[in-house]
Amino acid sequence: MRALRDVQIVFARYFRRSVTSPLLVGVSLVQPILYLLLFAPLLTSVSGLSRVAGTGTYQWFVPGLMIQIALFSISSGGWSLISELRTGVLERMWVTPVSRVGLLLGRILRDAATLLVQAVIIVALALPLGLVAKLPGLLLAFALVALLALLVGAVSYAGALRIRSEDTFGALVFAATLPLLLLSGILLPIRLAPAWLQRLADLNPLLYAVGAERALFDGNVTSVAVARGFLVVAGLAIVASGLAVREFRRAMI
Amino acid sequence: MPTLAHPRPAIHARGLRRAYRGRGGEVEAVSGLDLVVDGGAIFGLLGPNGAGKTTVMRMLATLLPPTGGEAEVAGADLRREPGTVRRRIGYVGQKCGSDHSISGREELVFQGLLYGLSRARAERRAEELLVAFDLTHCASRRTETYSGGQRRRLDVALGLVHQPSLLFLDEPTTGLDPQSRAHLWKEVRKLRDQGTTVFLTTHYLDEADALCDRLAIIDRGHTAAQGTPDELKRNVSGDGVIVRVRENPQLALRTLADLPFVRESALDGDTIRLYVDRGEEAAPHLLGELRTAGLELITLSISRPTLDDVFLHYTGRSLRDVAA
Repeated sequence: MRALRDVQIVFARYFRRSVTSPLLVGVSLVQPILYLLLFAPLLTSVSGLSRVAGTGTYQWFVPGLMIQIALFSISSGGWSLISELRTGVLERMWVTPVSRVGLLLGRILRDAATLLVQAVIIVALALPLGLVAKLPGLLLAFALVALLALLVGAVSYAGALRIRSEDTFGALVFAATLPLLLLSGILLPIRLAPAWLQRLADLNPLLYAVGAERALFDGNVTSVAVARGFLVVAGLAIVASGLAVREFRRAMI
Repeated sequence: MPTLAHPRPAIHARGLRRAYRGRGGEVEAVSGLDLVVDGGAIFGLLGPNGAGKTTVMRMLATLLPPTGGEAEVAGADLRREPGTVRRRIGYVGQKCGSDHSISGREELVFQGLLYGLSRARAERRAEELLVAFDLTHCASRRTETYSGGQRRRLDVALGLVHQPSLLFLDEPTTGLDPQSRAHLWKEVRKLRDQGTTVFLTTHYLDEADALCDRLAIIDRGHTAAQGTPDELKRNVSGDGVIVRVRENPQLALRTLADLPFVRESALDGDTIRLYVDRGEEAAPHLLGELRTAGLELITLSISRPTLDDVFLHYTGRSLRDVAA
C-alpha cells in the first residue's frame, strides 16, 4: 500500500533526525525526571493522600506522569511543522505525490516512538523508588500512552496548520495544556477537589486516561477504568486524526 | 519549436482566479489569467513583486486551489487529477526547501522516495544529480553549511529527482551572486535543451530577456502581454534608429520619413530619430536612400527597446520603479 510505505519513509526521516540529535530527547526527559525526584516525594507527606490513593506514592504518581509527558512532549510537535512551513521544507514535500496520511502519520509515529523511549526510561527510574508493574499491564499502559500520542499529535499538527505562527501556537499550547493537567488528577487526586471542580474534571478526557493508566500499573487489566480510558482516548484519536488528515489534504495557503 | 515531441501545451490555463478573504472583503490576487505554455521551452512570468506571480505558480503546481477557471498542467487536469500533475511536475519554491540539519545527499534520496522510487533507484538518482549540479564535494555535509549558490542548486536538483517533463522555478536567482546566477542560467538552458519545459517567475528584466524563450507580463493579477522577448519589444515601438549626416539634416529627414517601414520620425537638433519595424533590416535601406540623395552619413545606430519599455507600455508603470 502506497500510504503505508509513505508513513514508513516519513517516519524514518524524522526518527533519524531525533536519533542524530539525542540531546533533544534527553532535554525533554528533564521535566518528567524533575517531577519524579522533586515533586513526588512531596506527595508522600500530603495528609490523606495515601488514604485516597490507596497505594504507594510512586505507584499512584508514575502512571499519571506517563500521561503528562504524552501531553507535554507531543503537544509541541506542531511547532516543528510551522518551522518547516516557514522554511519551505513542507511545501517541497507537499508538491510530491506522497500521501497526506503518510506525511501526518509518519510524524506522529515518530513522536510516539520517542515518547515511548522516554516512558520506558521514567518507569525504569521509578522501579527502584517503589513502583511495581507487571508486564501485561505495563505493555497496555504503554499502548495507551501511544494512543494518546496519536490524539495529542493530531490535534497539535492540525492546530499548527491552522495557526501558522510559532508565537501564537506556543501561547495556545500553554493555555490548553495547563488546565488539562490541573483537571486530570495527575498531580493530586481529583477526589480531594470540591464538587464543582470534580464536575469540571469529568469533562477532561485525560482524567479517564489517567484512571486507566493507574489501573493498568496496578495490574487490573480488565477493569472498567481501563476500558473507559481506551474508549475515550481511541475515540477522540480517531476523530482528531480524521480532522488532521483533512487539514493536511487541504492545499496550503 | 519541438511541436512533435509536445503535441499539447505544457500548461494551458483559462480564466484562472484566486481570491483571498481580506480585511476589507475579497481581494483578487489573480483575476482571470489565460496562459499557454508550449513544451520544451523556457517560459517566464515577468512582473513586479505582488503582481501575483507566485500565486499563479502555486496554483499551477497544485499547492493552492484556484477559486475559478481551469487549467491543464503537463497533460492532466489541475482540479480533477492533482495527483497526476504532481507526478509529472517538479517545483522549486522561493524558499529554500532543504532541511538544514540533513545532508544534501540524504535530502535527494528522501525526495526520490517521496516520488515513489525504490531506495536503490533513489540513491542512484541522487548521485547523478549531485554530479550534474556540481555538489559532490559537499554532498555529505549538512545543508546549513552550503553557500547560497550550492543551496539553490540543491533545491533545483530536488525538483528534478523524478525527471519531470515540466519544472516550476519560483524566482530562481533571487539573492544569488552574479556567478551563481550565470551558473544556474546555464543549468536551466541545459534542461530545456534536454526537452524539459521550464516555467519560471522573475522580476529581473535581464533574466527575462536573456533566459526566457517566451514571456508573459503579469500585472495586478492578469496577463498584460505574451510573446517572445523580441516580439514583445517589436510590438511596442519597433527599433529606434539614430542618424547623423554631415549637412542638411532637414533634407535627410524628408528623404527618410516617407519610407514605408518608418513608423515615426523626428529631428532633434541635427540628429534624426526614426522608429522602424526592424532596425537591422532597415539600416541598409536607409544607407541607400541617403546615398541616392547625395547626403554624407556620419553615424547610424540602432537602439532596441527594452523589456522595461514593454512593461511601461502595457502597464503604464516602469518595472524598475515598482521593483525598487
